[in-house]
Amino acid sequence: MEYFLTEEQKTIKSLARRIAEERILPVRAELDETEEFPWAIMKDLADADMFRVFVPEEYEGLGGGCLELCLVVEELSRVCSAIATCYAVNALGSFTLIDYGTEEQRRKYLPDIAGGKKLTAFAVTEPTAGSDVSAIKTTAEKVEGGYVLNGTKQFITNGGEAEIYTVIALTDKARGVRGASAILVEKDTPGFSFGKKEKKMGIRASATRELIFRNCFVPEENLIAKPGMGFLLAMKLFDHSRPGIGAQAVGIAQGALEVAVDYTRQRIQFGQPLISLPVVQDILGEMATQVEAARALVYAAARMVDSGAKKVTEESAMAKVFASDVAMKVTTDAVQICGGTGYMRDFPLEKMMRDAKITQIYEGSNQILRNAIAIELRKRKARTE
Amino acid sequence: MNVIVCLKQVPGTAQVKIDPETNTLIREGIENVINPFDTYALEEGVRLKERFGGKVTAMSMGPPQAEGALREAVSLGADEAILLSDKAFAGADTWATAYTLASAVNKLGQYDIIICGRQTLDGDTGQVGPELSEMLEVPFVAYVSRIEEIADGQMRVQRMVEEGHEVIEAPLPTVITVVKEINVPRLPSLRGIVKSKSAVIPVWTVPDLGVDQSRVGLAGSFTKVIKVFFPQRVCQGEIFQGELGNQVECLMGKLKDAGLV
Ligand SMILES: Cc1cc2nc3c(=O)[nH]c(=O)nc-3n(C[C@H](O)[C@H](O)[C@H](O)COP(=O)(O)OP(=O)(O)OC[C@H]3O[C@@H](n4cnc5c(N)ncnc54)[C@H](O)[C@@H]3O)c2cc1C
Repeated sequence: MEYFLTEEQKTIKSLARRIAEERILPVRAELDETEEFPWAIMKDLADADMFRVFVPEEYEGLGGGCLELCLVVEELSRVCSAIATCYAVNALGSFTLIDYGTEEQRRKYLPDIAGGKKLTAFAVTEPTAGSDVSAIKTTAEKVEGGYVLNGTKQFITNGGEAEIYTVIALTDKARGVRGASAILVEKDTPGFSFGKKEKKMGIRASATRELIFRNCFVPEENLIAKPGMGFLLAMKLFDHSRPGIGAQAVGIAQGALEVAVDYTRQRIQFGQPLISLPVVQDILGEMATQVEAARALVYAAARMVDSGAKKVTEESAMAKVFASDVAMKVTTDAVQICGGTGYMRDFPLEKMMRDAKITQIYEGSNQILRNAIAIELRKRKARTE
Repeated sequence: MNVIVCLKQVPGTAQVKIDPETNTLIREGIENVINPFDTYALEEGVRLKERFGGKVTAMSMGPPQAEGALREAVSLGADEAILLSDKAFAGADTWATAYTLASAVNKLGQYDIIICGRQTLDGDTGQVGPELSEMLEVPFVAYVSRIEEIADGQMRVQRMVEEGHEVIEAPLPTVITVVKEINVPRLPSLRGIVKSKSAVIPVWTVPDLGVDQSRVGLAGSFTKVIKVFFPQRVCQGEIFQGELGNQVECLMGKLKDAGLV
């Protein structure tokens, strides 16, 4: 399908593909086994300017937006979505700063982020607050000159590896979600430590850890926007970042489709390649159609985000929900038509199937997001009555 | 540190076909790339610049489309690039090529080190580097696998030889050729690609270099390619399959039949 990408977007996509094939492909199986954080690949991505893609030009970025980010994430995920996660979450950890940070905050952090010198993370989830973000308990008590954080964040991607964390914490407990604020916390701040590293089903080369705050003091200037805006900023952030999860899902599905086509062309049963069997053709045809539909929706949502549209909740939720369901279905079907080989760990499909699952869960589970879409439908109807 | 990297554009695959009529490579429809061995030379040049400052100039003699290889060199870190291109340069052998490159180096003037790949993928001679040093009358070290130190106008390098490594010191300026063990070339960067698209790449011709027409290209070549061909395969290998025991049995049977054991 022709998506009429600009020359620059095509360059970004093709360089990301080259990195994926030349640098990531040879190590993806090993990293999945060892669950080691892919520092060498992060360096390759930094050297290639990939972290500059989503940072504005004034801060040493290339001034791209959501679509450019999606193109990189898709290409990396086509080969290894664990590594794509380590990369993509830097956008999640930077968007709030980019959109709402002060000039000083941006000057202080963004050039290092753009150069890939410092990784970032975003932390809202807690043991008691998953889908129900409003149930967070971590506090940031106002004191002379700053805030003191106490509490535990859970399942934080790049936790322990990142240098810069955007943390959502309650600056005013009494006001509930209206008392939540977004605060920048740097690694090595006294009182800030990391809990256990999770052992996961998929995206195993990515690091997921607890963040633990024990009387952790951060200066006043680390607050992003105004106190009480934290919850709103988180919701706006996810509206902008969800097409990225969609792109991750599209990449995984595309990778699985290609592996399935290669294998079914070579595998001979009943005297002919599997791909000649109508049943297999039917499955492959459906897979390809789903992948392309998901890609079209993801790119369209990303372009809408980049247009500066005020409200993109529905569109970005749709892109994430649809693409992640496609990734799960396509990888499952790919394993199916590759049979026993598809199920083996030295063949890439089982990893893709394990990796696909997370895209239905994080940045808002698909159930929660369908819910959000329905709420928008209802609101819109109510407005026209 | 002023570094000159000499690189050549070659067909991007080792499976190019040869035109049986003209005995030349069929280049149509094949993507051209920087000669793989030269990518190590370029990377080493860029690393020297990163270590010691200065600049890297990429230089290539070739047809107008060789500009593509030079643009790629800029995307990989070369500061400047010069294309030596003139109809009169066509058909050059290694001697005429080295002469043309040497003339361009002299025109450029000051340099500390010239880095070439150990050989090209298409010509495979490995002669241009050493010939270039002869013409420039500067020292030469082949098959460099590590640049250990550069200080006080001297460089110390490791060079690969069959039995191991030799450590050699040479005064600058020096010409070296490098082997692939020396580094892992980087991929281009997005900013490098943007820069390479707008880079101005001057083209130097026979008048620009002020060289004698009779010493360049086919006219200046002492050697001539008479025929290029694939060696005939005289005997076929055989691969035994199945259980190891059976394979050994098959092998012994064949050897006995042939009267070898
Ligand atoms: C690998 C990984 C990385 C992560 N990275 C980060 C990160 O970097 N930063 C961060 O802040 N968080 C992160 N998370 C957290 C992630 O966003 C949450 O796991 C997710 O939002 C779901 O929350 P939960 O796990 O608590 O599930 P729960 O909220 O307990 O939900 C369990 C199930 O119930 C369903 N459900 C719950 N409530 C409703 C409802 N009202 N209506 C319908 N269905 C409902 C959900 O769909 C879900 O399937 C990560 C999680 C994982 C697994």
